[in-house]
Amino acid sequence: MRAVVTVIGKDNVGILHKVSGICAEMGANVIEVTQSVLQDMFAMIMLVDISGMDKDFAELVDRMTALGSELGLSIHTMHEDIFNSMHNI
Amino acid sequence: MLNVYNILETIRMIQDECLDIRTITMGISLLDCIDTDIDKACEKVYNKIVDRAKNLVPVGQQIEKEYGIPIINKRISVTPVAMLASACPGQNPVKFAKALQKAADTCGVNFIGGYSALVQKGFSAGDEALIRSIPEALDVTNNICSSVNIGSTKSGINMDAVKLMGQIVKETAVRTADRDCIGAAKLVVFCNAVEDNPFMAGAFHGVGEPDCEIHVGVSGPGVVRAALTKYPDASINEIADIIKKTAFKITRMGQLVGARASELLGVPFGIVDLSLAPTPAIGDSVAHILEEMGLEQCGTHGTTACLAMLNDAVKKGGVMASSTVGGLSGAFIPVSEDAGMIDAAVAGTLSLEKLEAMTAVCSVGLDMIVVPGDIAPETISAIIADEAAIGMVNTKTTAVRLIPAVGKKEGETLEFGGLLGSGPVMPIRTKSAAKFINRGGRIPAPMHSLKN
Repeated sequence: MRAVVTVIGKDNVGILHKVSGICAEMGANVIEVTQSVLQDMFAMIMLVDISGMDKDFAELVDRMTALGSELGLSIHTMHEDIFNSMHNI
Repeated sequence: MLNVYNILETIRMIQDECLDIRTITMGISLLDCIDTDIDKACEKVYNKIVDRAKNLVPVGQQIEKEYGIPIINKRISVTPVAMLASACPGQNPVKFAKALQKAADTCGVNFIGGYSALVQKGFSAGDEALIRSIPEALDVTNNICSSVNIGSTKSGINMDAVKLMGQIVKETAVRTADRDCIGAAKLVVFCNAVEDNPFMAGAFHGVGEPDCEIHVGVSGPGVVRAALTKYPDASINEIADIIKKTAFKITRMGQLVGARASELLGVPFGIVDLSLAPTPAIGDSVAHILEEMGLEQCGTHGTTACLAMLNDAVKKGGVMASSTVGGLSGAFIPVSEDAGMIDAAVAGTLSLEKLEAMTAVCSVGLDMIVVPGDIAPETISAIIADEAAIGMVNTKTTAVRLIPAVGKKEGETLEFGGLLGSGPVMPIRTKSAAKFINRGGRIPAPMHSLKN
């Protein structure tokens, strides 16, 4: 089972560190990261393995959302199934 | 394989284009709650609903979190209550409405639908008493919805029921006049009602359905409109293709949520309803899709053709995305719940007659239309009869949900708030149809009902 974390917003020091820090704490293994900074706008998509998590997935979602509000960024954490079902036949 | 473009597209749809799951609706059969003692029957109804649906809201919230997709309403539909009321002659069926309300409060759902009667060919025991109790039931409850099926392609139109429903709609509005006539917004009159509809106010759990199941109704007019804005010069068949692709994506999401809810709740998955359901929010309007196609304002000449194409393309895209399509499945055109429709009605571009024509090519009918408070019950009946005739002859579901605005005239507005929005009082014809309505009887089923 995998989830997708997307982070969009104004670039700042340590965004990747903080997001991946939460993943590590919750036992979600980071598999892949794509990141770009265009004119001060930070955009990152992170694929994480959630099958080995020792906490509830909902807790990960809540913590990421809270981090988003704290840093003024838009952070979405969603199960990968939604993307697979919407975009693949 | 996941790719960045698809991920960002999904997030944009949810965040900026109002994509959501409108409802997950649990259908529950109450046939095993029938009892000659109405108090015992009510107790069984309450217990059964709470037993089956106690986890509906928490499961809905869990899925919202898992997939990051808002689920706006969690609802329940039940067996038409007239079937239970028929076992308790001489008792006030409103007791059932109160039991349903209590169950809705315990489960925390937004609505329970099914305070209903199916009288397309005539009244059986319990039907008439239930229908006559609708105004009181909708007055003393907050989250109960009611529907009455008065016609079908197979049976024709029960004109006695049509006459009665004109009076009931009016009375319901009068009884709730202090709350913007909200009762009438929770009452719908059907021709060819469907048994697995997840949408309110017309949801009920048909007798042919299993004991308990989960239906999903998707939304997403904003997504369709946003997709069309990217192709300002496309031909109409290219537009149809874009709508099909968008409807596919929206429906796949509904299918995913429905399958997950079914798994978590341990009840069978019923259907995905493909309807494009608008809300009064900016960017969530079916009228704006039609305007994006090239109409200066919804309701002008060309509207019916645009809507016919939209409705068909939504079905074609959606049907491939789900193996279990059902319910009403089409584009909804509730006037008060759609920002573009409200504007068009206020401007006078959208008339009752145009809406009637539009209902011939889409689901469902004359929906959430505010009419003058002094409208005669026979006029309401005549509007119901016209709409039912369209449904009967075209073998499709049609419905009427009119709100007589008690104490208000043309040009004034009723404010419901929330998903129900607000509606301007629309003009109606003033000549009487009372003689026709008072004849009673039944309009025979059309020739093409004889298919066997």
